[in-house]
Amino acid sequence: MAVLVYADNSGGSVPNSALEAVYYASKVAAEKGTETIAVVIGALDNAILESLGNYGADKVLHYSDDKLSDFDSQSYTRVVSDAINSTGANVIIFSHNYASKSIGPRLSAKLQAGMAVAVMGLPKIDGDSLTIRRTVYAGKAFADVTISSAIKIIAVTPNAFSPEVTDKKAAVEPASVDLTDSDFGMKITDTNKVTDKVSLTEATVVISGGRGLKDASNWDMLEEMADMLGAATACSKPVADMGWRPHSEHVGQTGITVRPNLYFAIGISGAIQHLAGVNGSKIIVAINTDSEAPIFKAADYGIIGDAFEVVPRLNTAIKNLNG
Amino acid sequence: MNVLICIAKVPDTTTKITFTENNTQFNTDRVQWVINPLDEFALTRAIEIKEALGGTITVMNVGLADTEPLIRKAFAIGADEGIRINAEPTDCFFVASQIAHYAKEGNYDYIFAGRETTDYEGAQVGGIVAEFMGIPFIAGVPKFDYDGTTATMEREIEGGKEVITVNPPFLASIQEGVTEPRIPSMRGIMSARTKPLTVVEPVEAGSFVGVNSYELPPAKGDCKYVDAENSEELINLLHNEAKVI
Repeated sequence: MAVLVYADNSGGSVPNSALEAVYYASKVAAEKGTETIAVVIGALDNAILESLGNYGADKVLHYSDDKLSDFDSQSYTRVVSDAINSTGANVIIFSHNYASKSIGPRLSAKLQAGMAVAVMGLPKIDGDSLTIRRTVYAGKAFADVTISSAIKIIAVTPNAFSPEVTDKKAAVEPASVDLTDSDFGMKITDTNKVTDKVSLTEATVVISGGRGLKDASNWDMLEEMADMLGAATACSKPVADMGWRPHSEHVGQTGITVRPNLYFAIGISGAIQHLAGVNGSKIIVAINTDSEAPIFKAADYGIIGDAFEVVPRLNTAIKNLNG
Repeated sequence: MNVLICIAKVPDTTTKITFTENNTQFNTDRVQWVINPLDEFALTRAIEIKEALGGTITVMNVGLADTEPLIRKAFAIGADEGIRINAEPTDCFFVASQIAHYAKEGNYDYIFAGRETTDYEGAQVGGIVAEFMGIPFIAGVPKFDYDGTTATMEREIEGGKEVITVNPPFLASIQEGVTEPRIPSMRGIMSARTKPLTVVEPVEAGSFVGVNSYELPPAKGDCKYVDAENSEELINLLHNEAKVI
């Protein structure tokens, strides 16, 4: 019974989080003594599809029907369930992202399959059940959960696994499914993709600002830092509520959970709800004028000082480092 | 216009998370329970639309009698009716199976769920309900409008946004940004007592994911301070010591 992995197609490339999922799937397949089959939807170069083998895929099923150019949870679920039927896969892996949240639950209903999300560790397989570690309470705790259904769905946290890359090539097979009007329920009227920015959940470095920055215009120096470090920008809840930054950048319990290698909290006091969204980060740096700010308790490195003096100095140092 | 909002009971987001029974149970001692914040955003947005277009808003919860104060809170905010499915919520599949069963009877124009609960964060209930009902599902909606015929909403996909239009019936899972929560008015609180709350019994449904045990993350080491006058040193430490840049 093969392991199937959904590899996202981000406008003609496969993002790192999806490569991590492919690698994770190959580890699960090795444990089960079976093959790893990736499902990819939409136009993509053959070389990219073959290169999924580098991350552990044995085979790639490529669905490139023009009707699939827009992401619709209904049609995409049809495709993935077709791939499950044709391969007989009983473990389905996703990266924990928009696609997994849209397709995963529908598959769960369709296939009577249990789904575990925000997964942090490789599974222990014991007969028909599979036990796995995930985060709960926005990263404030881990839970070891057992999936007991015949088909199991796993969504893996981005940045939690570092793939070992080989030069294996995957066998690419074109695939198709007959889609009807009933597989499409929505119309996309406008797409606004910020392609030159690093995606927040995938970023290995995140530069985040809080109320301490006093005004939306003061994000310029954070943007500059982010550009130099290839980082994503983020913010605390009050900043999003005041409209200084979009809600899509709000990191915390009711916003986005991130777990980069490096998280800069600049002018963020560190309320418990904020820490919940960032405490999976490998290294946290806090910059704050208030030495009593709770952020310093969560931080690995701290500077007690004014962001308007500290950040420009850091930017100069990064510039020197980058040469 | 009939709208259904799925609401869940979660610990207040400031709750200190601890466990009991050898780390197998969440410690509910002194926990303040609230409507899942994302569900409350959904409810509030639905009320705003109802104020413009009219209609009935029903909240539905899978839970035991202890969730009724939260259903009354939803009434105080502006929901018209409530349905409590009398069962302990075990996993997303079980909860969604219950909601789908009773939602099919309701002839709702659209259904809202929060993107996820802030405790278990399964992010699945909305999608499972949509599949059981055979209706479109839009995950993670931070902006929503409805003109009585067509809904226009934004969704946040990886690295961008899309504006989409959908005709009812459909299910959208709501996230922050859609509106601001409201504080119930005194009139709302008074009327909440008399709004109809129906209790129904659960249907047979599977439950496929169970928690064996919990663990708290290891305590963080001490923070290493760099003098503000010597800020440049931080970059050196991040590069040579932590090796993250």
